[in-house]
Amino acid sequence: MSAFVALEGVSHAYGGAGGTLAVEGLSLGVEKGEFAAVVGPSGCGKSTLMKLATGLQFPFAGVVRVAGEAVHRPVKIAGMAFQAPTLLPWRTTLDNLLLPLEIVEPHRSQIRRKKAEYIARAEALLASVGLGGQGAKFPWELSGGMQQRTSLCRALIHEPQLLMLDEPFAALDAFTREELWCVIRDLHAARKITVILVTHDLREAVFLADRVFVMSSRPGRVIAERRIAFPRPRDLEVTFTAEFQAVVHELREHIVRARQ
Amino acid sequence: MTRADLSVRLAPWLYTIVLFVVWEVAVRAFNVPAFFLPPPSMIGRAIFEYWPAIYRNSLFTLWATMLGFALAVALGLALGLLVGWSRNIYAGLYPLMIGFNAIPKVAVVPILVLWCGIGFVPAVLTAFLISFFPIVVNVATGLATIEPELEDVLKALGASKLDIMRKVGIPRTLPYFFGSLKVAITLAFVGSVISESIASNYGIGNLMQQAYAQFQVPLIFAGLMALAVEGIVMYWAMALLERRMTGWAQRSGFAQA
Repeated sequence: MSAFVALEGVSHAYGGAGGTLAVEGLSLGVEKGEFAAVVGPSGCGKSTLMKLATGLQFPFAGVVRVAGEAVHRPVKIAGMAFQAPTLLPWRTTLDNLLLPLEIVEPHRSQIRRKKAEYIARAEALLASVGLGGQGAKFPWELSGGMQQRTSLCRALIHEPQLLMLDEPFAALDAFTREELWCVIRDLHAARKITVILVTHDLREAVFLADRVFVMSSRPGRVIAERRIAFPRPRDLEVTFTAEFQAVVHELREHIVRARQ
Repeated sequence: MTRADLSVRLAPWLYTIVLFVVWEVAVRAFNVPAFFLPPPSMIGRAIFEYWPAIYRNSLFTLWATMLGFALAVALGLALGLLVGWSRNIYAGLYPLMIGFNAIPKVAVVPILVLWCGIGFVPAVLTAFLISFFPIVVNVATGLATIEPELEDVLKALGASKLDIMRKVGIPRTLPYFFGSLKVAITLAFVGSVISESIASNYGIGNLMQQAYAQFQVPLIFAGLMALAVEGIVMYWAMALLERRMTGWAQRSGFAQA
């Protein structure tokens, strides 16, 4: 198996093997550098998938492999962002970005010596998502969209090979959401990073992903897989084309069936 | 400074003065006997007359309170972190602490006297015992309410439990901790005065007991005034400390509005 992130026949239950099954016989593979989206009805175990792939939870059956290795502890090459920005209110935006560097090796032991370098890196990253010069502000001085951009930056600062996004745009208004789609599109293009995006927004999935996985309702497994062939870089205009609508429609059919 | 700001600044003094004026007028108008409720003017005279004793005993009470409070802060913080650290310790210790806190401290004083004799030590210990519970509860609550997503973010980076505690748990708990100090300091005064009233030859509690025995009602009230002033000053100091240390948590204009 050569996939960068591979789940093979994975089953996971909360409350032990006899508890509620969250996912059952779940298999999917994401190639290195690929942008994968996972969609499905609510409660289908999408967030469980995130936790399994990052080693925050372990399945009672099946194997999870990341970068060729079976996962037995939290994988340290992942960055995560969630629906809530979960920034620390007592730290400035810049200091929030530095948090992962205070924890992940080798940065952790270098942070005193290389502080200036890391700050420069954080400021460059902020500038790349349109937050240049905002580093000194506290999170609560930023708008919701700006907080979410900061959260994305925090997920990327330690240059992870894998970016896990759990409905990161769900709490934003439509216009901000589309802006951030473009931000994440550009970050993916620039860094050649592997991204797994969990979402319930089909337009978002189709616009961003190379491949979309559709999950069944609980216990979740992959019931459909759709390659998205629109050429990159994609412009937001593509979302208004008939071809795009057709793909969204097709995925929607799967989900409607999954909900029954 | 605007007019509104100024009026807010003066409000505490104004309200206090109004309270005392109404009290004075009411006592005189209804001819309330001084041994029942002395008017503020008479209490003022008692404070003036007995100032050396009030001053000395106030300091004594203040010392006992502060020492008990300091113990409560140190042990309360340590125990709160311990309880917040592990679900097992939480489950084991919490019922014990609730049970202990439910015991009236006035009932504990004789035991403390049995162990340590009368005077300073039981006053310190009673102040400690009564004031450490809110600190423990608040620190543990702060730790227990860390967002699980944030914990996931850090765990996925390979953070140890100690890392999460240092980077998130403790800073996040500080507003709860400093908030609890305001409650704890006033409780500490209650503790030390209870103990002094029962078993001490010093302190405001003892002074009031003696005044009571000699039926010097204005002096009892003078003692209460001294305690109230000490309580307000210490509370204010804790509130100032809270604002200094955790300004980020107090952005709401609600309390100021």
